Amino acid sequence: MNRYQKVFEQLSKIKEGCFVPFVVLGDPSLEQSVKIIEVLIKNGADALEIGIPFSDPLADGPTIQKANLRALSQKNNFFQYFKVLKNLREKNTKLPIGILIYANLIYNQGIDNFYLQCRNSGVDSVLIADVPIEESKIFYQTANKYKINSIYICPPNADDDFLNKISLYAQGYIYVLSRSGVTGTENNNILISKNFIKKIKKYNSLPLLQGFGISDVIQIKEAMLSGLSGVICGSAIINIIEKYLTKEDIMLIKIKNFIKSLKISTKLV
Amino acid sequence: MTLLNPYFGEFGGMYVPQILMPALLELEKNFVDAQKDINFHKTFFNLLKNYAGRPTPLTLCNNLTQNTKTRIYLKREDLLHGGAHKTNQVLGQAILAIRMNKKQIIAETGAGQHGVATAMVCALLNLKCRIYMGIKDIKRQHPNVFRMKLMGAEVISVKNGSGTLKDACNEALRDWSNNYENSHYMIGTAAGPHPYPTIVREFQKMIGEETKKQILEQENKLPDSIIACVGGGSNAIGIFSEFIHDKKVNLIGVEPGGYGIKTGKHGSPLQYGRTGIFFGMKSQLMQNEEGQIQESWSISAGLDFPSVGPEHAWLKSINRAQYVSITDAEALDAFKILCKKEGIIPALESSHALAYALKLMNMSPEKEQIFVVNLSGRGDKDIFIVDDILKKMEKKHESISKSF
Repeated sequence: MNRYQKVFEQLSKIKEGCFVPFVVLGDPSLEQSVKIIEVLIKNGADALEIGIPFSDPLADGPTIQKANLRALSQKNNFFQYFKVLKNLREKNTKLPIGILIYANLIYNQGIDNFYLQCRNSGVDSVLIADVPIEESKIFYQTANKYKINSIYICPPNADDDFLNKISLYAQGYIYVLSRSGVTGTENNNILISKNFIKKIKKYNSLPLLQGFGISDVIQIKEAMLSGLSGVICGSAIINIIEKYLTKEDIMLIKIKNFIKSLKISTKLV
Repeated sequence: MTLLNPYFGEFGGMYVPQILMPALLELEKNFVDAQKDINFHKTFFNLLKNYAGRPTPLTLCNNLTQNTKTRIYLKREDLLHGGAHKTNQVLGQAILAIRMNKKQIIAETGAGQHGVATAMVCALLNLKCRIYMGIKDIKRQHPNVFRMKLMGAEVISVKNGSGTLKDACNEALRDWSNNYENSHYMIGTAAGPHPYPTIVREFQKMIGEETKKQILEQENKLPDSIIACVGGGSNAIGIFSEFIHDKKVNLIGVEPGGYGIKTGKHGSPLQYGRTGIFFGMKSQLMQNEEGQIQESWSISAGLDFPSVGPEHAWLKSINRAQYVSITDAEALDAFKILCKKEGIIPALESSHALAYALKLMNMSPEKEQIFVVNLSGRGDKDIFIVDDILKKMEKKHESISKSF
């Protein structure tokens, strides 16, 4: 049983949803980023989604794009990123750690080499933001070779063909989009219909996590009640980082309080 | 499953967020259907002939080639309505958008020529239009921004990243991710995710078809070389496509060498980039050691792009086309020469292609050879940039003279 399976099973027993925060590694600096991740883990993250900074993150909205650029301005490299991930793994043996990355960063260092490093660093899953299922074969096969879960995105308008396809490939969990577009919290209309969730579940037994636009406790409660297994929250956390860039102490306290409130709202009883 | 092969050798593909796949597949299906539809072709060719002004002439430049045995012809896309080859494919995509019942057009533009062409056909065909343009390009291509606005387009300034075409492309894709149900993304070049490289080539291939017919009429044989500038690569693929199987015809793509390759400030991914994945496709790409996309540079905003259409990457990989570079300074010289000798103001983009033709001619003045240069656009939009540069050069020259 892998880490995702264990976590989802445990949470299901205690009737809680899975809360997955997303931040960009190295934003605003690698040192601060590690502190932020530690705060996330201590205050309710059931799993982590870590973004590897990319110059042109076209699947993301302005908040995450700026986080990527802030991180890149620090001129860190992959060696350092993997070192941080390995440290995280050593300190948190049970926590599922996923990374979100853009295809060129994987392609550039060699697909095999990339997944090998993921395995050596204890990464559980990889989601490639600009590789749809139709282009994923080589990435998927290599990920399997190193026992890394490939995470796939299910759009809100997916048809039966797509749901069938994703059921053949998806591992770990399915990232269900609240809406079309890019990441960000501007759009509050993010309720996924219960019927659509039922339809996905007909094809697939994997846990479903909702992402895009998650920023408050009401949304999370609604997501839990509609049959989802949990949520992924990114831009709302990164907004706090951006707001308190020069005031680290306040930033960490604000993130702590925010994360705690979101985690509590995943509890069904 | 795609209906057409999304790859050219190892290049191409559909590297987009999952959310965009239905939009790309819908576009591909409609394109394939339209290709079989006589009415679509009739509408397209009627617009090309009676609105855009096709066929464009093939002009022999006698003054440029004096005292040599080279004959240089210019394929006059500068004479097309809108002032550049961009009008061709924009007409094709616009009637495709109407076929898909999309009432809004999203576009990106660098030099503004694609933006102008898009605004033009949207006005003609009553489509709502918003155009993303990098903030730096808005400043350096002001006349085209004014034209777009005159024709009713909304021009959205992109401040992210380098504020050039690359960032405008990202922003347009983001917009499309949110609005594909009622909007068509009108990509301006033969790049991006499948099916765009194929669609754009098919809607630009008449440049090559006309050229072949015209050169055979005028010379009774095919040219030795066809030379075209390459940014994203649409004018080049348009003129190359008809000659790909004529192995004796050299196909030469000219990338912007900017300040010089060694300075790092250039836009030559085919020669000095590596294979990578960006803007929805696998192609040659300017990137740093970590795989982050690098900013390109060219005096010509229309060539200022860190990647290139996948078919060019493939043509290079199989050695069917040759790719070279021309610096800003060389392009500027060619710009001035064509104005002075032939009374034609070329776009700075096309000046790169002409500069390479002149370079080849001057290397072998005794050689009997025929070149066709694709004059992809006219230079009215560039005259202020050129004026600025010439004034700066004059000042520099004066201060050097004074110091002696």
